[in-house]
Amino acid sequence: MSMNEIHPMDKLIRADRMPHIWCSGCGLGTNFICYLTAMEKSGLDLNKCVIVSGIGCTGRIPGYTNIDSFHTTHGRAIPFALGLKLANPELTVTVFSGDGDLFAIGGNHFIHAARRNVDINIICVNNFNYGMTGGQFGPTTPLDAKTTTSPYGNYEHPFNLVDLAAASGAVYVARWTSIHVRRLSKSIEEALLKKGFTFIEIISPCPTNYGRRNKLGDGLDEMKYYREHSIIKHGINPKEADLSFNGEIVVGKFVDIDKPTFLDNQPDMSQMSVNNKK
Amino acid sequence: MNLSEPKNKDISKPPDYWRKPLDVEKYKIPHGAVHIIIERCKGCEFCIEFCPQKVFEVSDEFNSKGYHPPKIVSHDKCVNCKLCELICPEFAIYITEDEPMNII
Repeated sequence: MSMNEIHPMDKLIRADRMPHIWCSGCGLGTNFICYLTAMEKSGLDLNKCVIVSGIGCTGRIPGYTNIDSFHTTHGRAIPFALGLKLANPELTVTVFSGDGDLFAIGGNHFIHAARRNVDINIICVNNFNYGMTGGQFGPTTPLDAKTTTSPYGNYEHPFNLVDLAAASGAVYVARWTSIHVRRLSKSIEEALLKKGFTFIEIISPCPTNYGRRNKLGDGLDEMKYYREHSIIKHGINPKEADLSFNGEIVVGKFVDIDKPTFLDNQPDMSQMSVNNKK
Repeated sequence: MNLSEPKNKDISKPPDYWRKPLDVEKYKIPHGAVHIIIERCKGCEFCIEFCPQKVFEVSDEFNSKGYHPPKIVSHDKCVNCKLCELICPEFAIYITEDEPMNII
């Protein structure tokens, strides 16, 4: 077969930059294609879609999309996305970033954006470590997992991201793994069309750093592990969806509620003055 | 004969009928043509493992980066589900719809 073949997704990606930098067996490419499929299916105007990311392996995603995108500094993807949405409410803003970026340095931005219920979509790819910088432990590394900076096993408790998002006030919270391609793209499609702060966590293999140091095998072995050890429990309390080292992975849609967004609640300031309060 | 036990357990093959069903002409099995962009492949083998119809297997050949791309075992097996298109992280596989196949 010739090299001039055109993949149907080539109109949404920068095909001249392929092959991408992600390792063989990494789940990011799969998550990316699920997102693009969801975007196509949702019927949104692609000229009004924006994708924002922080740094890291996942932060590379905007660089590979053909739609408007921005690669921000470490942890500041959500403030940038928030500004975009407030300045131009017509846009559908998605933040596609990693766990280290969104929850370590960007943790405060995340909880406050969720509290305000700003109409943006967060997709967090969780690979349990800082993959790009050499596999250090981060806020999602499970107890006892080995990383470069925890060679005898991590002794810090990790975040339960779905519980954190739900407690902070997100209106849509789901968790899937890279193997659940159809459910994941359906879930992203729902989140894109939903009004309010939505959060999707994707458990994704990192064979080069996390997988290698914890003897989980290559990317394919991690994907097989997800297939065998994930349990779908829709609508359960996210508190019960805790992740443990080499334990079962509870996936599903945990929260799907409606509440007024930040812009809905904002009073019309042009009609107000200090003397004549409405 | 135990009636509850299916006669043909291998779901990748069409079932054996003891007679030809009357409405067999009405129903078709969808069929897709698989295209592999060999130069994009990084040899993760997701497609080989997760294709429900087991259309792929590891090829002995190398691409220019030294990975073994998948090769197609049998074109006839593909039922156009497009799982490989979704799961391939490298944008290296796509399916085009082909003429549907007959059940028998």
